[in-house]
Amino acid sequence: MQMFPTIVKNLFSRPATRRYPFKDIREPFPGYKGKIYFDPNKCDLCGDCGRACPSEAIEVSLENRQITYDPFKCIYCGTCVETCLPRAISQDKYYTKPAAVKEAETISVPA
Amino acid sequence: MATRTVIPFGPQHPVLPEPVHLKLELEDETVVGVTPIIGYIHRGIEKAAELNTFRQNVNITDRICGICSFIHTQTYCQGVEALMNVEVPPRTRFLRVFWSELSRTHSHLLWLGLLADALGFESLFMQIWRAREMVLDISEMTTGHRIIQATSVVGGVRRDIDKDMAKEVDKRLVSLKEMLDNTAAPALLHDPTIKRRAVGKGMLSKEQAELLGAVGPTARGSGVAIDMRQLGYAAFKEVGFEPVVETAGDSYARTLVRAREVYQCIELMRKALAMMPEGEILVRVDGYPEGEAVSRCEQPRGEVFYYLKGNGTNHLERLKIRTPTFANIPTYLVMLPGCEMADVPIITLSIDPCIACTER
Repeated sequence: MQMFPTIVKNLFSRPATRRYPFKDIREPFPGYKGKIYFDPNKCDLCGDCGRACPSEAIEVSLENRQITYDPFKCIYCGTCVETCLPRAISQDKYYTKPAAVKEAETISVPA
Repeated sequence: MATRTVIPFGPQHPVLPEPVHLKLELEDETVVGVTPIIGYIHRGIEKAAELNTFRQNVNITDRICGICSFIHTQTYCQGVEALMNVEVPPRTRFLRVFWSELSRTHSHLLWLGLLADALGFESLFMQIWRAREMVLDISEMTTGHRIIQATSVVGGVRRDIDKDMAKEVDKRLVSLKEMLDNTAAPALLHDPTIKRRAVGKGMLSKEQAELLGAVGPTARGSGVAIDMRQLGYAAFKEVGFEPVVETAGDSYARTLVRAREVYQCIELMRKALAMMPEGEILVRVDGYPEGEAVSRCEQPRGEVFYYLKGNGTNHLERLKIRTPTFANIPTYLVMLPGCEMADVPIITLSIDPCIACTER
């Protein structure tokens, strides 16, 4: 009986759920830790991000001048973003999209 | 003489969110003996913590439990800070109080919902989880993640809560309290169905609770005023804290402790935000941990205990974690014998078992 007022109220109010991903999508809050981006033009290949990464998702190769980033190993903690001194790594507020194949991304850094 | 039957309860059971196996001995419908068996989801986190650097371990301890992840990292960071003689800035201590209480609110609301679900009270379950969603929104807003927050680091916290955000959070906390006042609280406090199922079920006296080493709401539901927040770690000393205690010792008392704690947490969070001093949130930590330290915090389920041993390198020599559910499982041996088979789910759930935490 204690739930009766709530049930009556709910009968005449909008649903609490959203029809994700079709309608009424709520934007993530600013500062949400989403997808990671590397800016090859800013990167100085120091490798700090790779050493700091708790899940070892980033590998930096100075010889090949490339960064290998595995989004499936990444835990989206944001440690690399904070560690990067030239601010070459950024994180946006959207989730990483699902993928059909699990593969790492390779980013080439121009000389 | 009644026939004796052995019935396995779990590891897969609708009321159990995680796998724990109870071997129940029954005489007709009455439980006469119980053997709890754990070990289904051991992940070797203590060993992993020895192989990773002490800074990477913060993210491993974050993942011991999905529900009280912030308090795990907080306990770990406080332990490492004690080893390295680091004093965190005052603002950090208040922020840690805020996020640990946010985790507690989230955990208690989750559990109250699960209890309602175990009772078959679906509408209450949905209302409580609807309120929990508001807590998760605050978490996403302040930390950037809903559950695994990754916010505490050695030497401080990663994120700050500025004035505008604090105002917004305060507004949301007030509306959360209003929502609980109007929906969940009357049902939890006065509904005869809940009382019928929970009052007098799974009795644990004060002496038994002390003897078996119960912690957290399980002990506080039996009148034992034990709460690690009384130690005044982080900023609990400044914020002021009194443990919530019920004396009945049954499943309903444990429910009431958690329901009252949700309100207490909301007050603590608002106080922490209001009292927060200005200043730095992170200090630079140089060097490596050396020596031994013990760190204790209050989790939603009780006291969590960390033992850390550093040897002056980047890796810890030993990280020992004792979680509250591990201390609470022996209370089953007292609570379950003598009850009816139909009451086993409620009593099992009443200690809020977190098996992922327990097995690490």
